[in-house]
Amino acid sequence: MAIGVKVMKRPTQQTSYLRATLKGMALTFSHLLRPKVTMQYPEEKSSKDWTLSSRWRGTHRMLTDEQGRAKCVACGLCPQICPANCIKLVPGEDEDGHRYPLIYEIDEFRCIFCGYCQEVCPEEAIHVGVHYENSEYSRDRFVYDLERLTAQTHPVSTLWDPSDPKGE
Amino acid sequence: MTFPLVASAIKVFVVFNLIMVGVALLTLLERRVCAWMQDRLGPNRVGPQGLFQPAADGLKNFLKEETSPAMADKALFTLAPIVSFVPALLTFGVIPFAAPLPTKWGVVPMVVADLPVGFLYILAISSLGVYGIVLAGWASNNKYALLGGLRASAQMISYEIALGMSTVAVILLAGNVTLSQVIAQQQHGLPFVIPLTIAFVIFFISAFAETNRLPFDLPEAEGELIAGYHTEYSAMKFSMFYIAEYSNMVTASALMATLFFGGWDIPFTSWDSTGEPSVLKTVLTLLSFSAKTFFFLFTYIWVRWTLPRFRYDQLMALGWKVLLPLSLIYITLLAVAIWFIRIRLGWEYGRGMAAALGGLNLVLLIALVWWLDRGRIVSGSVQEETA
Repeated sequence: MAIGVKVMKRPTQQTSYLRATLKGMALTFSHLLRPKVTMQYPEEKSSKDWTLSSRWRGTHRMLTDEQGRAKCVACGLCPQICPANCIKLVPGEDEDGHRYPLIYEIDEFRCIFCGYCQEVCPEEAIHVGVHYENSEYSRDRFVYDLERLTAQTHPVSTLWDPSDPKGE
Repeated sequence: MTFPLVASAIKVFVVFNLIMVGVALLTLLERRVCAWMQDRLGPNRVGPQGLFQPAADGLKNFLKEETSPAMADKALFTLAPIVSFVPALLTFGVIPFAAPLPTKWGVVPMVVADLPVGFLYILAISSLGVYGIVLAGWASNNKYALLGGLRASAQMISYEIALGMSTVAVILLAGNVTLSQVIAQQQHGLPFVIPLTIAFVIFFISAFAETNRLPFDLPEAEGELIAGYHTEYSAMKFSMFYIAEYSNMVTASALMATLFFGGWDIPFTSWDSTGEPSVLKTVLTLLSFSAKTFFFLFTYIWVRWTLPRFRYDQLMALGWKVLLPLSLIYITLLAVAIWFIRIRLGWEYGRGMAAALGGLNLVLLIALVWWLDRGRIVSGSVQEETA
């Protein structure tokens, strides 16, 4: 008996290591034959048990109007609210007095995907998207410009549950 | 004269390669069975069903950097993996794995070396493996490695005794230590697992301890000792310990099949062991042997992913206070029974004697289970509280 090992008193009648061992063996063997839960990722991205939530906040997307122009009016709210300071916006104005972004860049490395930009946007232009596969071979490819943001096609995040918008 | 030499060389080559490939596939099987038991799929990317995963692992281990601790004993540090690797492969040499193969030049026994002292050879060589582990633990100059090596030596010595005692029963019954004769005896009567059930149980448990597999993997014990004796090893040296562990498993499984389940004998038939040798017989008996060995290998994996590790004092108590007395009592009873049947009744080993001893074993087994079922294995190993 090792010194200082605390020995728990166990009811002798109920402690059968033999039976417990056999029970455990039966359990592991039954698991051997059960259906597996592994989702084989690159081939299989969602199953009937699991899909990406519609509230997932991933790669950004800029929505466009009927003429294919970005909906953004360069109001400056998203760079203002962004806690990671990852949005670069230089506003411009055309001859009719409509404001539009001259430069609109999001650094996806700095972004913390909080979704505030989408929440604050009065024009519903910038969105976070239901998308997560944004790996690249070089670091500078992670600064998304306006062209790239408008070219994204993945669904945009709903940010809240559409059937329960107030979170009740 | 040259033919036996050529045949032996071919057999050595084939058996060595089969074991190495078998060990490679066994590592894959281990990972896949483990995954299945945890409702996962396991490695299935490299090749069909992950079959080339062992090759990828091997390649990785060849290309990895060899590290060597600054204060390590260089010579022993390099020697240790070799010392544990070689006996693991050597032991398989005396195990017959199929019925004799007829060729144009004569009948070839399907065993690398049918030593007259086969079984003693296995006991001698397999206990050499512990030197590798102890040397690895010592030469690494690392506390954890040393603790692992110490545990390994204590554990191997403790269970070696129970293992040897349980096989004394086999030798008593077979009257021979040549493994091919042990198989011949079982073909004549019943597999030794029936007349020697308890010896098999003891052998089975001790074999787990001898191969350092869970629930007896205290020399590695990654939760306590990082990786135990091979903490400081990397690349191919580490891989050699790994291969040694798995080859030991293969040998122990093959030994269980040989000593207690009739070896290459196909159960319930006498066709395979009588009459002229033929190629078909060799192939079928090889399959039979492989199936038996595979079953025990699977059991090794199955037990590993079911049972937690023993505490050190529990391990020692199980070895010295349960298995050793049990095997001594069993040998005494069995020797008396065999003496009674052989001398008083004058029976030779055959169905009748096997059945009679089987009955005795059944009674003893029921008594043993009844005793163990009171939770005496582990709680019996610690001090009774006087309250």
